[in-house]
Amino acid sequence: MTPLIWLVIAPLLGALAVLVVPARRMPAVALGAAVATLAAALALAAQVSGLGPQIVLLGGWTPPIGIVLKADGLGTAFAVMAALVMSGVALAARHELAPDKAGARAAYGFWPLMLLVWAALNTVFVSRDLFNLYVGLELLSLAAVALVALAGSREALAAAMRYLLFALTGSLLYLAGVVLTYSAHGTLDMAMLLARMPATGDGVALGLMTAGLMAKTALFPFHVWLPPAHAAAPAPASAMLSALVPKASLVILLRVWFEAMPDAAGDAALLVMAGLGAVAVIWGGLQALVQRKIKLVIAYSTVAQLGYFIIAFPLTGGDSAVKPWSAGAWTGMVFLALSHGLAKSAMFLVAGIWYSACGAQELRDLKGLARALPMSAFAFALAAVTLAGLPPSGGFTGKYLMMQAAFVAGLWPFALVMVAGGLLAAAYLYRPLAALLAKDESRACAPVSRARQAVPLALAAAAIILGVLSAAPFDFIQIGKPDAAVEGL
Amino acid sequence: MNGLDILALSASALVGLGIYGLLAARHLLRRVLAFNLVGSGLFLWFGAAGACGGVGVDPIPQALIITGIVVALAASALGVALVVAHARLSGPTLPEEAPCDPEPDSGS
Repeated sequence: MTPLIWLVIAPLLGALAVLVVPARRMPAVALGAAVATLAAALALAAQVSGLGPQIVLLGGWTPPIGIVLKADGLGTAFAVMAALVMSGVALAARHELAPDKAGARAAYGFWPLMLLVWAALNTVFVSRDLFNLYVGLELLSLAAVALVALAGSREALAAAMRYLLFALTGSLLYLAGVVLTYSAHGTLDMAMLLARMPATGDGVALGLMTAGLMAKTALFPFHVWLPPAHAAAPAPASAMLSALVPKASLVILLRVWFEAMPDAAGDAALLVMAGLGAVAVIWGGLQALVQRKIKLVIAYSTVAQLGYFIIAFPLTGGDSAVKPWSAGAWTGMVFLALSHGLAKSAMFLVAGIWYSACGAQELRDLKGLARALPMSAFAFALAAVTLAGLPPSGGFTGKYLMMQAAFVAGLWPFALVMVAGGLLAAAYLYRPLAALLAKDESRACAPVSRARQAVPLALAAAAIILGVLSAAPFDFIQIGKPDAAVEGL
Repeated sequence: MNGLDILALSASALVGLGIYGLLAARHLLRRVLAFNLVGSGLFLWFGAAGACGGVGVDPIPQALIITGIVVALAASALGVALVVAHARLSGPTLPEEAPCDPEPDSGS
């Protein structure tokens, strides 16, 4: 079978397999599934870069009856990023979620939920059918809510409940849009929708789907559930929730706007969305600046970073004579999302190491940790370079492309917001870094093996490498890029 | 008024009731029920829309509705389980939405 099929099936099979093996074998089986999925993602990436987009018709049925899976540069790049993050999460969880540390309940629940999240992510990355995307998104939300509740504390359950209410509302809005689309056009396949006759209800359908996806992505003003939920989960789960889960609904948002209904996009709607994104960048940054707990700083930083993605929507397109590369904003956003995933997962994994080895939860507890655990402190600093958008990271490449597009499109206020967001990121990441480097000789930490500290370091380094060697991923993302990303909405 | 109109009107009523419940109810179980009402309304509307083509009934909405019901059932099951776990520890409403006059037996 093709790697595209294994990409979806391997984590699903793994999720079922870990449930039937004895508890002490669970991590080994889950790691086996992780290796298989990582291999499938890499094989798929090799196929896509060599042969172009890969297509599978499920059961041999063609749309509108059947469902198409299609791996293009965008979906495959996200799948590879998710595979790297998930492998790191699985390695970290072997320590963090050992039954003697996290309790038997969390240790048991984590592995199947992690693999379910992974299967749902991969499904979303390669699906082209609006309803199949709905099912994938629901699987993702339910597994993610359960991960938030894993700790079982009062705060964790309240955060999970709040998350569930937002996720359910989001899925109803999205479903309503899907139902409207089907009743107007008789198909849910994106390629067929692109070629449809525009109907009067398209704007409403697109609006409903967008509102639902924004609630699931935690885009401002639907962000309130995110920080407590991401902070309440065990650190490896937070890494997944913050780095990967919002990316799934973001990819659907991208596909719906650029691949299914680019003609239904109106200038006013685009500017409202980008305006909300700009508010998110500033508001998330300010909130991160005043938090006292390290995990909340990282979580609010996710709120801010998610704002950048939505800013890119009105910036796409533009005159290719002015811009030597086409679709600067679209590509920039994808770059930013990929590097954010790598850097954010590294940060949460580092926070997990600090908590489990040193009991550090608040920023002031971080004093002297740079001396006690230099490798993980370095990983945190590398990830901070990416999040603040400093060169030579992938975050810099993404922001640079987007700012260029903002000036070309004449929407320079958004470029200012991006600069302000970068400064805010530097400010809120300075606080943990300053604490880390402060002198505190009395700092006592449990020993942490180098291999365990190397996992977040590798992820943070990958985010930097994405910027240093940006040519290859840049070309890869362009494979199968929608026309609307070049021409603008 | 034909049968499809009645279906569409019932669906709208269900969605409206559900949205009101989602917004107005503070008890978490009521909110999970409200989610189910909106979902049922949408499925009913979808089914009616699939039948209004004229010649025969479009089978795809039916297949999608069945899938959707399964998804909604899974979501409701998780929701109710969470409500129960949450209610055992801290009561049946979210902490920030707790009623202004605390019950006599609830400590802070």
